[in-house]
Amino acid sequence: MIQSLVDGILTGAIISLGAIGLTLVMHMLRFANFAYAELLAIGAYAALVFDVLFSGLVPVLDTAFAPLTLSGALALATIIAMVITGASAVAIDWLVFRRIRAKADALSMVFASFGVALIVRNVLVLIFGHSAQLYSNDIAFAIVVSRDPLLLIKPDQVFVLGAALALMTGFHLILTRTTFGFALRAVAENPALAQVSGVRLSTMITAVWMIGGGLSAAAGVFYALTNQITPVLGHNFLLPVFAATIVGGIGSVHGAVLGGFIVGIASGLALMVLPSGYAPAMPFVIILAVLLVRPNGLFGRDES
Amino acid sequence: MIGLISYLAFFATMAGILAIVVLGLNLQWGYTGLFNGGVVAFFGAGAYGTMILGGRPEPGQFGGFEWPFLFALAGGVLLAGAIAWIVGILTLRLRHDYLAIATFGVAVAFESIARNAEWLTGGAKGLRGFPRPLEAAIGNTFVYGLCFLAMVMAVLAAVYWALQRLVQSPYGRALRAIREDEVAARSLGKNPTRLRLQSFVIGSMIMGVAGGLYVAFYAFVSPQDLAPILTFQVWAMLIVGGAGNNRGAVLGAFLIWGAWTGSGFALSKFAPAAMQLYTGPIQYILIGTVIVVMLLWRPQGLLPERITQRFTKTASKVGTTSKGAF
Repeated sequence: MIQSLVDGILTGAIISLGAIGLTLVMHMLRFANFAYAELLAIGAYAALVFDVLFSGLVPVLDTAFAPLTLSGALALATIIAMVITGASAVAIDWLVFRRIRAKADALSMVFASFGVALIVRNVLVLIFGHSAQLYSNDIAFAIVVSRDPLLLIKPDQVFVLGAALALMTGFHLILTRTTFGFALRAVAENPALAQVSGVRLSTMITAVWMIGGGLSAAAGVFYALTNQITPVLGHNFLLPVFAATIVGGIGSVHGAVLGGFIVGIASGLALMVLPSGYAPAMPFVIILAVLLVRPNGLFGRDES
Repeated sequence: MIGLISYLAFFATMAGILAIVVLGLNLQWGYTGLFNGGVVAFFGAGAYGTMILGGRPEPGQFGGFEWPFLFALAGGVLLAGAIAWIVGILTLRLRHDYLAIATFGVAVAFESIARNAEWLTGGAKGLRGFPRPLEAAIGNTFVYGLCFLAMVMAVLAAVYWALQRLVQSPYGRALRAIREDEVAARSLGKNPTRLRLQSFVIGSMIMGVAGGLYVAFYAFVSPQDLAPILTFQVWAMLIVGGAGNNRGAVLGAFLIWGAWTGSGFALSKFAPAAMQLYTGPIQYILIGTVIVVMLLWRPQGLLPERITQRFTKTASKVGTTSKGAF
């Protein structure tokens, strides 16, 4: 029970990070972006590449911060991966979504996003192969927090939770304390009115992709650090991050964070009664439940 | 010679079954503007439903009721329709992309049930041993293959004819009206939510028909047959052929299925041995590229939607040829 809860909180933190950007993109560009979760995979693989590069160039960086398996090289690589993933999100928007936005409706964008997701995922397979990879081959020993009930926690997990919360707090401060944050919220609220007030829409769209890409990359690295990296990493997170945005209400950053934790914890607890094979379907059940009782999510507003 | 003919018959049967799926999607997306992200689930519901009702009994396995083929097929089709109804009633009154997310979720949920509920679906190894209709009466496998092809083509023609009648009727115009401008359609007394739900359920049931035919063709179904790529293939078929044009939908199905099998054959024949493991991903990238490039370059497809004469006189004035956001 307690173990499922703790694991659920950790997965929830990763889902929350992924959902923040998605909820903003969905709200601002008004389409369900099915390619979004692939950003997690791009981030995880970009970090892998730079981790190997840095540890090769500067061997000093390769030593892990005990008791974590995280090394200095990986920490640097993660920051670079966040920038690269943000840039790829912007690039995909320029190459595909912006052009389709200009001439077709929102549902064509949904179609295109599915196509983009398929391309990204399989290009990752071509480059990195089908098999799972790890940042570090060191064995991460779990700490026995309590024996009855049994509760095992890896130091990496504690670090990931802390780092995820720090990123979310940082983004919260940007949103609520800076002019840029106000502009971002204004655009999400009412694009036309924000433009009249002197906010440049295209800059804000680029910013949202950069932020979403960066947070997703962090989520991807965090997941890979505590589990492993596979090309289907993004695909596996697609439904959970969508569920988190719907639970929280589309457009609400705080809702997305809360929704991520709800989805993570609910999925974790559900696995106590259901075989683990049903895990991928859990977010769908949560989506149906939310649509049934509160169609606009916890913090969403009725747009119709 | 017989080998070539039976291969062509095999190819055409599969393309025909997929063309039925594309026609179902065309009613949803092409005529009503509904996004179905889980085509594979409705196809799978038809396939598994038909298999469970019409299959042979196996020890420890639910189902195997050996219903006559038509009744089993009807059961599978109803199952597909029931799933569509539940999803539709929950999502169609909300933001339009909720349907996309929910249908995608249906596909994921359906696949996990197919993989895990062994008592019902046989799990990963699937269900086998479907008594193919009239197989014993015909005997010869070559002749049977041709007869099966004829049956699939007959069903395809029937579905095509029925859909043509449907979309050219006032009902079809109402569907297009809510696709183009929901507010205007509502002001004319149409109920968009109900019409969307009906279109979504009918389209999904057509996909269920194709699933039932698929099971009768292979006499076997497993989660492998319900890989998510099927949804992408069906979309590519519709987008290439032309959404909102039933002839385009059928054309797209045959073109894309030809390109898919052709590229698979070429890759397995000419690609270096080290690349063989990656023929799947290469084909997936091709399908994804086809979808994205068509949307960018020719979103109306090879055979664009044709507005009938009667309709054009009034439609040309208001310019409803492009799909407006709703």
